[in-house]
Amino acid sequence: MHFRKQRVNKKSSYPSASAKSLSAEATSSKEVALALPLSIEEMERKAKTLRRHIIAMTAKAGSGHPGGSLSAAEIVTALFFNHLRHNPSNPRWPDRDRFVLSKGHAAPLLYAALAEAGYFPVEELLTLRQLDSRMQGHTDMTITPGVEMSAGALGQGLSFGIGIALAARLDRRDYRVYVLLGDGECDEGQVWEAAMAAAHFKVDNIVAIVDRNRQQIDGWTYEVMDTEPLAEKWLSFRWHTIEVNGHDLSQIIAALGEAKLVKGKPTASIAHTTKGKGVSFMENNLDFHGRAPTPEDAERALKELE
Amino acid sequence: MALEMSAREAYGNTLVELGKENKNIVVLDADLSRSTMTRFFAREFPERFFDCGIAEQNMMGIAAGLAASGKTVFASTFAVFASSRCYDQVRMCIAQPRQNVKIVASHGGISVGEDGFSHQSIEDLALFCSFPGFTVIVPADAIEAAQAVRAAASTYGPFYVRLSRPKTPVILDDKYRFAVGRAVTMRGGWDATVIACGLMVAKALQAADALAREGIECRVVNMPTLKPLDEDAIVKAAEETGAILAVEEHLQHGGLGSRVSQVVAKHHPVPMSFLAIKDCYSPSGKPEELLQRHGLTAEGIAEEVRSLISRKGQ
Ligand SMILES: Cc1ncc(C[n+]2csc(CCOP(=O)(O)OP(=O)(O)O)c2C)c(N)n1
Repeated sequence: MHFRKQRVNKKSSYPSASAKSLSAEATSSKEVALALPLSIEEMERKAKTLRRHIIAMTAKAGSGHPGGSLSAAEIVTALFFNHLRHNPSNPRWPDRDRFVLSKGHAAPLLYAALAEAGYFPVEELLTLRQLDSRMQGHTDMTITPGVEMSAGALGQGLSFGIGIALAARLDRRDYRVYVLLGDGECDEGQVWEAAMAAAHFKVDNIVAIVDRNRQQIDGWTYEVMDTEPLAEKWLSFRWHTIEVNGHDLSQIIAALGEAKLVKGKPTASIAHTTKGKGVSFMENNLDFHGRAPTPEDAERALKELE
Repeated sequence: MALEMSAREAYGNTLVELGKENKNIVVLDADLSRSTMTRFFAREFPERFFDCGIAEQNMMGIAAGLAASGKTVFASTFAVFASSRCYDQVRMCIAQPRQNVKIVASHGGISVGEDGFSHQSIEDLALFCSFPGFTVIVPADAIEAAQAVRAAASTYGPFYVRLSRPKTPVILDDKYRFAVGRAVTMRGGWDATVIACGLMVAKALQAADALAREGIECRVVNMPTLKPLDEDAIVKAAEETGAILAVEEHLQHGGLGSRVSQVVAKHHPVPMSFLAIKDCYSPSGKPEELLQRHGLTAEGIAEEVRSLISRKGQ
């Protein structure tokens, strides 16, 4: 992992900050080692590495959720290896950007990214779902470095993220919050309660990314609970809304950059993806939502991901 | 090993039979019909099945509205979501109005296993038993599950039926007749009584076998209905065996043990002990590993009975 020294402002530049508090920044800024952003080609390779981890971890565990982990590999790669301001050697650094995994069943993806970023040894990934492992079946914020929220019951991450974002305002910190939601998860009413609240509180340091893979468990989202028109919903809830191809790293990076410039309102990014992406026989295959690859499946999958 | 079957599979099959017999039955699920097995019903009767998506609170509200309009409604999801996530919706729209809604939830307890604490349901019995007027059932095996579901369909009022995820031994036979509120003595004995529900009943029977080899005759009572409780069976066990151990795959507070102890304390105090989940959440792990951690095994039960008997007459 490459690091470079970068100056980071401890105090935020929230518009209401007075000249006095802004001038205090210079004295309180400190040097922090931050990961060097990867290039698009490097990120493409990294996403593949994360996919390989996901296959290996779930196959070893014999259970878990590969489909919705694979679909968001580029989104999580773009965040952890290019966009986020974070410090793997100091997971609780108060000024870090926060990544909140609301669709907690994609824990294998998050663990893979955290391990690759240096939060814990890559070898630990293979303890997924074993008794007393830090790699819990769904995320547990009390034991895993880099995990911001205990999740697994869907629909709760956006509210949690708003809380973190509001705290930045109160503490005059300039970190940003990124919440990854499933499109099926958007069935939950709490998501829309949160969507309304974020716009109401004019929270502009939060980005909701919806992994729009068009599948949930019982079927396609249009069959089970039709969420369309999804982008229009976020728009009508007064979110700046950007649709991207969720497997195109440059589009994701551009959207995250655009979101930073939006003031006075939150940003939603609808990332169009394919569930099970990267492994031919898992793509759009409902069976692999919550079923681990068999050893034979895993062998085939890893070959495809070479 | 005896035949094994999951209670949720029995539920899925029974719903299809009920659907054929009774046109008034409507089934709801919340994007888990492959796990709760309501999809068997969905396939047969698509017009009477509504998948509400990942929106459990909304599902409970819809169930209540259907019931208020004369339908017999089955609503299914995982136990943890049916209970803690929907508590107020159930309280307002199903419990107090005494609606004819049957909440049949799969994945009860910690035997959910590897998914971890977010999916393990350890408070659900306390929550559902806390509703005035709710009938709460935890079947011991697939046979009892099927009959409990039938009883729920034919008895007016709100029901909670908790099913477990794993395949478990079938311990009852076809001649068995389930009745709401009736306990079943699975094995006679005079030295102590184990009162259990759910998948702990099979383990209690194994424990009683082991104890018998040591000369301890332990009664095993299957208590599938937590509410209303079979008080007579409890008092009889207290009087005749002088010691009671309650065993359940649930927090030690608010479930079977708490309820049985109230009856014992009031009518015939005897030494009691409780084998249940300690006051904590559990991590990911194999179902048997997690049960073992809380002593919820045949050996754990036998051990607890031995120490309970040593307290008799003190
Ligand atoms: C409150 C709640 N209800 C139900 C579930 C069970 N569940 C786990 S994943 C899932 C489907 C999720 O679909 P989606 O959000 O689209 O995720 P993805 O397809 O990206 O994996 C469901 C219903 C849950 N975890 N939480």
